Amino acid sequence: MDKRTTEAEAVSELRDGMTIGFGGWGSRRKPMSIVREILRSPVRDLTVVSYGGPDVGLLCKYGKVKRLLYGFVSLDSIPLEPHFRRARQEGAIPEVRELDEGMLQWGLYAAAIRLPFLPTRAGLGTDVMQINPELRLVKSPYEDGEELVAMPAIELDVAFVHQNRADVHGNGQYLGPDFYFDDLYCMAAKKRFMSCEKIIDTQDFLSEGSIHTLRINRTMVDGVIEAPGGAHFTECPGDYGRDEKFQSEYAATAKDEEAWESFRAGYLDVSEADYQAKVAAR
Amino acid sequence: MTDVTRAEVCTVAVAEAFRGAGEILVSCFGTTPAVGARLARMTFEPDILMTDGICSLVQNVDSVSGEKIEPVIEGWTPFRSIFDLLWGGRRHVMMIASQIDRYGNQNFACIGEHAKPKAQLLGMRGAPGNTLSHRTSYWIPNHSPGVFVEKVDVVSGVGYDRAAELGPRTARFHDIHRVISNLGVFDFATPDRRMRLASLHPGVTVDEVVGKTGFELAIDGEVPETRKPSEEELQLIREAIDPKGFINKEVRS
Repeated sequence: MDKRTTEAEAVSELRDGMTIGFGGWGSRRKPMSIVREILRSPVRDLTVVSYGGPDVGLLCKYGKVKRLLYGFVSLDSIPLEPHFRRARQEGAIPEVRELDEGMLQWGLYAAAIRLPFLPTRAGLGTDVMQINPELRLVKSPYEDGEELVAMPAIELDVAFVHQNRADVHGNGQYLGPDFYFDDLYCMAAKKRFMSCEKIIDTQDFLSEGSIHTLRINRTMVDGVIEAPGGAHFTECPGDYGRDEKFQSEYAATAKDEEAWESFRAGYLDVSEADYQAKVAAR
Repeated sequence: MTDVTRAEVCTVAVAEAFRGAGEILVSCFGTTPAVGARLARMTFEPDILMTDGICSLVQNVDSVSGEKIEPVIEGWTPFRSIFDLLWGGRRHVMMIASQIDRYGNQNFACIGEHAKPKAQLLGMRGAPGNTLSHRTSYWIPNHSPGVFVEKVDVVSGVGYDRAAELGPRTARFHDIHRVISNLGVFDFATPDRRMRLASLHPGVTVDEVVGKTGFELAIDGEVPETRKPSEEELQLIREAIDPKGFINKEVRS
């Protein structure tokens, strides 16, 4: 099956109030061309699930986030995502669901394998329990009788991930050192979109990387988007590093409304093709 | 050795916190902990595992400010394997604390009310799971009453009083080992697991520590002095691990 589609078609599937998840980690291999498309769309009141980076910062800045599930939001070389920080300090995220990072994995994994929850000790004795009033405990039915957190499945309406290579059928390949949680995001979602740097023939995967780099298979994907530079300005190792200069410029806009307006006009109120052309011309 | 810097004393105190670690992963936040862990590995704890901060276990990450050398990679730890490793317990993490209380409850999530913080900090990260899963220590480069507080604004890392409330079964892996600041070393070797002043860095007085601590510390009798670095340790710190002296920027003498 040929699953090729575009950012615009993928984002047109979103409805107000949906729960969506983004693969990648911090400022690493984020599906940014899709994030930029969401920023240009009217969709709002989203529940966003992410090992957060600029995806979260930008969606917060645009006021599109109603509920946020996260363990951190970072730009890596800049430890705290500045737009996220500002949104938090202004109380601009209505429902903050801060979790231990491992709980986020556990919730995605539970959804992926269709369990209602997975037990964990993480969160007990901390304010995670107060910040997330939906959390319930579960008692081991065995002799130990230990009480644990029942981390609920994080079921996503839509998942977005970015890979280095993909074929038109929805098989994906990462070429950097880490696959993060991308496969779990796809497995936890009803609808799954994978952008990639380059679409290649299936038979060429193994000339790009070892079999271990094929983490996403076509049962996990509904739509494939060819998006060269699609992870910019986050890193996409195997193809390009993080654009630190661009990221610093982006980060500085959190403290300067004028700089933000010009950043927005220059890079976000424009088409993806124009964005890539402007980045190339820098 | 009158020219030993405070940062070098802290580095040795960090290394000492990892004594007896054996074959486990040691992870560190902050420069001095990174140098101290390397010092421990190069001297009395050769079996410690360390990562490159991304997803490789690297055998020769011996320098933080020296020449970059070709890494010898001995293993792969992508994020998907990290919580297996953490929750499996073969790790000692030294985290920072933006606030810590007398029972070792730690906060690096945010300052102020969580719903609308005055200052958003790192967030929960892995602190809740870490503190219930394996040995944890804390590094505090700027000992002050704003860090050593009566009550933390948000609990991200579990302290001894809260661990006791969870009961012996759930808390059986809870182990806050040391708190190391620029003034001294602290532990919880008290009957009710309150923080105790274990040693003073050379040149620091009990009064100074008490004055800069926002709660009552347990202090029993004569407080020993933190061990000074040996000649060999000084040489390793200054020549091999941190030739540019990054630690002296984190902790001023």
